[in-house]
Amino acid sequence: MSAQEPPKGFPLPSSLRVIPGTERAQAAYPYTVQFGAGDDQRFWFYNSMHFPEPMSCFDMVTAEAAYCALGAANTRVHCLPTTLGIDHRIINGRVYIGGNAVTDPQEIARRTAEFQKRAFYYYENWESLYAQWKRKMLALIREAEALPEPALPEFEPLEHVHAGRGIASNHHLLEIYQRTLEGYFRMWHHHFEFLLLGYGAYLTFFAFCKKAFPEIPDQTVARMVAGMEAEIFRPDDELRRLARRAVELGVDGRFAEGVAVEAVIRSLEQAGPPGEEWLRELAASRDPWFNINVGDGFYHYHRSWNDDLSMPFASLPGYIARLKAGETLERPFGKLQEERRRLIGEYRELLGSEAERAAYDQMITLAHRVFPYVEGHKFYCEHWYTNLFFNKIREFGALLCAHGFFPDAEDVFHLTHYELESAIIDLMNAWSTGSAPRGPAHWPALVTERRAAIAQWSQHSTPPALGPVPAVIDDPAIVMLWGITRESLDAWLEAGTDTASREIRGFAASSGVVEGTARVVKSVEEIGRLQRGDILVCQVTNPTWAPIFQKIAGAVSDIGGSMSHAAIVAREFGLPAVVGTGSATSRIQDGQRVRVDGGRGIVTLL
Amino acid sequence: MSYVSGFAEVGLRDRPNVGGKGGSLGELQRAGIAVPPGFVVRTDAFERFLARIEADWPVRARISSLDAEDLSAIERCCAAVRSRFEEMPLPSDLARQIELAHAQLCGVRGMPVAVRSSATTEDAVDASFAGLQDTYLWVKDLRQILHRVRSCWASLYSVGSVSYRRQRNMLEHAVAMAVVIQVMVDARAAGVMFTRSPTTGDRSVITIEGAWGLGSAVVGGEVTPDRWVLGKVTGDITVREISDKHIRHAPAAGGGIETVPVPESSRRAPSLSDEELQALRGIGRRVERHYGCPQDIEWAIDGADGEVLLLQSRPETVWASKEAAPAASAAPNPFTHVMSIFGGKDK
Repeated sequence: MSAQEPPKGFPLPSSLRVIPGTERAQAAYPYTVQFGAGDDQRFWFYNSMHFPEPMSCFDMVTAEAAYCALGAANTRVHCLPTTLGIDHRIINGRVYIGGNAVTDPQEIARRTAEFQKRAFYYYENWESLYAQWKRKMLALIREAEALPEPALPEFEPLEHVHAGRGIASNHHLLEIYQRTLEGYFRMWHHHFEFLLLGYGAYLTFFAFCKKAFPEIPDQTVARMVAGMEAEIFRPDDELRRLARRAVELGVDGRFAEGVAVEAVIRSLEQAGPPGEEWLRELAASRDPWFNINVGDGFYHYHRSWNDDLSMPFASLPGYIARLKAGETLERPFGKLQEERRRLIGEYRELLGSEAERAAYDQMITLAHRVFPYVEGHKFYCEHWYTNLFFNKIREFGALLCAHGFFPDAEDVFHLTHYELESAIIDLMNAWSTGSAPRGPAHWPALVTERRAAIAQWSQHSTPPALGPVPAVIDDPAIVMLWGITRESLDAWLEAGTDTASREIRGFAASSGVVEGTARVVKSVEEIGRLQRGDILVCQVTNPTWAPIFQKIAGAVSDIGGSMSHAAIVAREFGLPAVVGTGSATSRIQDGQRVRVDGGRGIVTLL
Repeated sequence: MSYVSGFAEVGLRDRPNVGGKGGSLGELQRAGIAVPPGFVVRTDAFERFLARIEADWPVRARISSLDAEDLSAIERCCAAVRSRFEEMPLPSDLARQIELAHAQLCGVRGMPVAVRSSATTEDAVDASFAGLQDTYLWVKDLRQILHRVRSCWASLYSVGSVSYRRQRNMLEHAVAMAVVIQVMVDARAAGVMFTRSPTTGDRSVITIEGAWGLGSAVVGGEVTPDRWVLGKVTGDITVREISDKHIRHAPAAGGGIETVPVPESSRRAPSLSDEELQALRGIGRRVERHYGCPQDIEWAIDGADGEVLLLQSRPETVWASKEAAPAASAAPNPFTHVMSIFGGKDK
């Protein structure tokens, strides 16, 4: 950078205003996440990858628990040499995050020594530790499933009394709630136990490829590493299987676009043995593979397929139509694996020396070893466990609703988890004293106010980043998890100043060129608007939207790197995709014609 | 004795006798790559011809004694050498051999040929002086061919070539000139292909540049060619730059080539289809594998049948000469590689 260049930067946190009229809703977030003194001196970016929509008070627990666990892993467990954890702040419902770089060389050296003792042990024992991880994770899931539904009987059941239990039901509310919350915090520790080490090993190979082959597209490296049988692909695979079974059993006529799930199921129940057989197949797929939610699992309203069968059922007619047209739906594992082997072998052959080939072998071996975790953990953590967690909170919502705390069980998500505990204790007290709980007079107004604030916030866009731009982004966590580099920040800054440009640049995620009508989808509820041949434009593409990829012609996202699941799914479907544009959802108008050049990472407004 | 060899009879090892271009064309044909058919007038013909001149007027000794810095002396000497080459008649048995080989190549109808210099200097020298050693395109009759053979020989003594050799103090009698005579392709499109990136040296990409008509317009820089970058392994076309190709080289009625305007409708149309790009990629990979190193290739699409033909392939020299540090070497503990990510900028 030359000295003459004006200093680049994004708005300072202190210049960001809470949307008028939403101040009280903003104040509901705890003091720990409010922007304050010292925050102007740091660089922050809007984590639209994980939190693309303004988040309700309760859902904030996801940021809290996740950063608590991420930071512990980086700072204290694996001791990453150059970075500590990630701080987060919330304004207007948007989550901003900032890294904590370690820059003192002596400290880096000290942490490096620790890191190698820890991380290398994980690499050395990856398979056995990962097998142990799966057992731990499944045990945690079973524990969460076993938690009883919170309930308050009028009188303590006689058998409790006769058994001398000595603890009344109101206490169990607290116990269930605290165990629910504790489980969620624990789950995030599991989530980060391997994540950075896994991404790091992958990025090591990635960086080597970029050095050895300066022009290699990101997606080619991804194709050499990505697996094809990760758990995250299973739900969609199950749908394809169910579509095939429907055809085989001759019940495919019972599925049609726009027919309600209940009607389809009723019709199958009346279809005799083939219909019953299909429903048995459905039940087998649902446990566990429909424990996947329609988002990234960070919002309470990202319901799982199991909770809302309309999502998986909506894609069945399309799959059935393709089968009847003679297509094979099953993904060609053999062919994909053969292609992967060919790529790996032929790039290896192009390396300049035997020394390089030996290094390549070492790096890709490690990348392949770590990748099952990188791809697979999401199903257990962000989907299966998160669904259980939010559903348990929903049970508390129903209980509080029944006691008049608010008109709708879903309103519970407008309380922070601290407030929810106080509301539960309020109810526990009221049950014990025989008085009326205080909550019904307290919460409804607040819930209304907060719901209105979220609606307000979602109407306003928010800057992609805040504060001074660091000279280099040397934080492996931020580069790995968010794909944020100095170059992408420069592009964001440029996008902010040059809104007249007809081009939006991002990562080339999946090659091909296509033109179509843009559907700007700002929340998961809107994906029903997508028509065949549309270009999906969203803040973050999501792999669990896989079934809609059969409909669309291309995908564009604000955030995400070439290894984001969206990129992987887009490549699999052969759809052009550009990810990590920073601003596509705000610059592209819904219904506008756009051209997506997924090989060059350019979206052109037509 | 015979002074000519068909392409099929020669290969790279014959370079001292057939020059770089001749050896390469023979080698390509042997490797099963389609090249326009032709033959080489070997360096012993040149040596014999030169010996005739040297009988009373030493050439090599004169050149060897030139001071690399004294450009005017070089110019004077080169002019003298070239006029000797022009004046000395071709030995009749040699002319007869060329005539026979030509008749065999082109039949009685006398298809036009390219007459090209093929020096025995190193590839790097060859590459640097590709434009200085003469090539004559679309030569139609035998008289012209025989004349151009002499011109090719004489081009070894162009000012540029001689001063280059003098600057490097190269041994003159190690330098000789063969001549390639090859059927001319009336190319629909032609251009060059590098089996590594000219800008980054990346061995995993193939860069193809092409324009309408004969390749001389591209090689000579008279037209801005279309440019594509393809993944060597994947075939993904990552760059497509279609330029405004306002002119093309075409055979002239009386022999030689002429520059003609390209009709408006074709100027901005891609000069190669995706299928042709992939065919070129396949050929580029085969040639590279055959030679064991990245190549710098000239190609043409035959206007008659659409066949992809190679006119030349030589090892890429610019990046090959750079001492690139390996991207990484094997580590005793394979896990230490991750420090490139986790260790910060100053590892």
